[in-house]
Amino acid sequence: MSRPALPALNIADLQSLLRRREVSPRNVLDALQARIENVDPEIGAYLSIDFEAAAKEAEKVDVDLPLGGVPIAIKDIINVAGQPCTCASKILRNYIAPYDATVIRKLRAAGAIPFGKTNMDEFAMGSSTENSSVRPTRNPWDPSRVPGGSSGGSAAAVAADAAFGALGTDTGGSIRQPAALSGIVGVKPTYGRVSRFGVVAFASSLDQVGPLTKTVRDAALIMNAMVGHDPCDTTCLNEPVPDYTAALGRDLRGMRLGLPKEYMIEGIDPQVKSAIDAAIKQLQSLGAEIVDVSLPHTDYGIAVYYFLATAEASANLARFDGVRYGHRAENPRDLLDHYGRTREEGFGAEVKRRIILGTYVLSSGYYDAYYLRAQKVRELIRQDFARAFEKVDAIVSPTSPVPAFKLGERTADPLQMYLADIFTNTGNLAGICGISLPCGFAKIDGKELPIGLQLLGKALDEARIFQIAHAFEQSTDWHKARPAL
Amino acid sequence: MADTSDLDVAYVAKLARLNLTGEETRLFQKQLSDVLKYAAKLREVDVSHVEAAAHAIPVFNVFREDDPRDWLTAEQALSNAPHQANNLFIVTKVVE
Repeated sequence: MSRPALPALNIADLQSLLRRREVSPRNVLDALQARIENVDPEIGAYLSIDFEAAAKEAEKVDVDLPLGGVPIAIKDIINVAGQPCTCASKILRNYIAPYDATVIRKLRAAGAIPFGKTNMDEFAMGSSTENSSVRPTRNPWDPSRVPGGSSGGSAAAVAADAAFGALGTDTGGSIRQPAALSGIVGVKPTYGRVSRFGVVAFASSLDQVGPLTKTVRDAALIMNAMVGHDPCDTTCLNEPVPDYTAALGRDLRGMRLGLPKEYMIEGIDPQVKSAIDAAIKQLQSLGAEIVDVSLPHTDYGIAVYYFLATAEASANLARFDGVRYGHRAENPRDLLDHYGRTREEGFGAEVKRRIILGTYVLSSGYYDAYYLRAQKVRELIRQDFARAFEKVDAIVSPTSPVPAFKLGERTADPLQMYLADIFTNTGNLAGICGISLPCGFAKIDGKELPIGLQLLGKALDEARIFQIAHAFEQSTDWHKARPAL
Repeated sequence: MADTSDLDVAYVAKLARLNLTGEETRLFQKQLSDVLKYAAKLREVDVSHVEAAAHAIPVFNVFREDDPRDWLTAEQALSNAPHQANNLFIVTKVVE
């Protein structure tokens, strides 16, 4: 089947056509709809789509705005007024967002059209999108494999040319890891860089919203539109907003990149390792200097993450009590029966597991031993990065130790699934920014499976990791490869 | 750090207002005990001189004037209510 021309474009190229009036926003939307109807029955990236509302917006949008006329897919954890917001959970199955999240309001102001909601692990808890209560999403490169998660629907939609770009959320790697496994670009902004008002909370000291795109430039364009102070989110930083496209195209001479020795762990796939080694040589050939750094507390990241993230989740998910919105159990005997059954019926297994773990680590007698100790080790992890960034401009690593795994391969053992985030979650714990971009392929079972390169930058230093990522991307062809769908 | 065998899933589920089936309780007991065994490595770290980090960046209280502004109408706020009447949420009986 020949690839439809318009949906294959990246955002920057699509905008050139729109601004030259060679295509209309309505043409773009129609072509995208045809592509989605063609490929999404197999991939399952979308949970809901409102083409009718999108078409109305397309009629009146100003194409000269920064994202004028560009349809953007939205992870189903972000409120878009009038559209469902289910978090892929049964407990929010019938929930319709009564207002726009701040990021959606900002994207609309920049002319973007949020037209559909993408699949995810329930409440963003997972690394494979298999924890969706609706259905798993499949990897466009090999539909027997997962797209990563939790923003797996957003990643698969972009990889399949069924979205020009998408928003996701990243609490422990949930943008970067699916971007890596699906062969696209994904950005976790600095903690506090993007407003979370209107984004359903999972772990409030870790969550950030970010873009998933086909190119680094596209990610910078979406970031330009979505960042900035928001009085409705007290954690949202009141810092100047740079133009993230300004540094694209500068070379890497004098750039110092740190290579943490702790990241070369056992269990890293040999094909991933050789792709990362080659990427490092490529970065050197572009003028970057590679410096050995040490992040000695890396090995504790997963343990710290799962205590803190589940503790915060157990508190955040207490709001799902069947009173003001969401599912409510039928004919409760009393209030305890109302709560207990509402939550039993509404939540899936992984969410229940994490509520139990989080409640336990916060419970009387265990708080100091688990939660408080984890917070202290978190501080040591933060200091590791602060020391490394005294010597280097950014840190280089694999995004995921393995390429996409098979559906069902890791679901029986939660700990194995948690280890999928081993290279990403310390970035959330330290509050810094990170990007994943394509850097090669692993050949497994006759299929090509994408490999992701991660760059971690200092807090608020997104412009620099965009510059490095763009230089690498433009000197390779990895981002041009597309799955045969 | 407490012994991993201290985890009593059935008791914690009550604290969390979350009913579990017997099968879920047994499965989570096993799986979460494995997670706690893995996480026991945190005991190796000397944290005696470390301040706990609740956030990675400094987070402060943010105050604003208590000025009224337009927000959701009662109708919008009730639009997702599982049970409502007379512009009010209907809740399960709390007092006898």
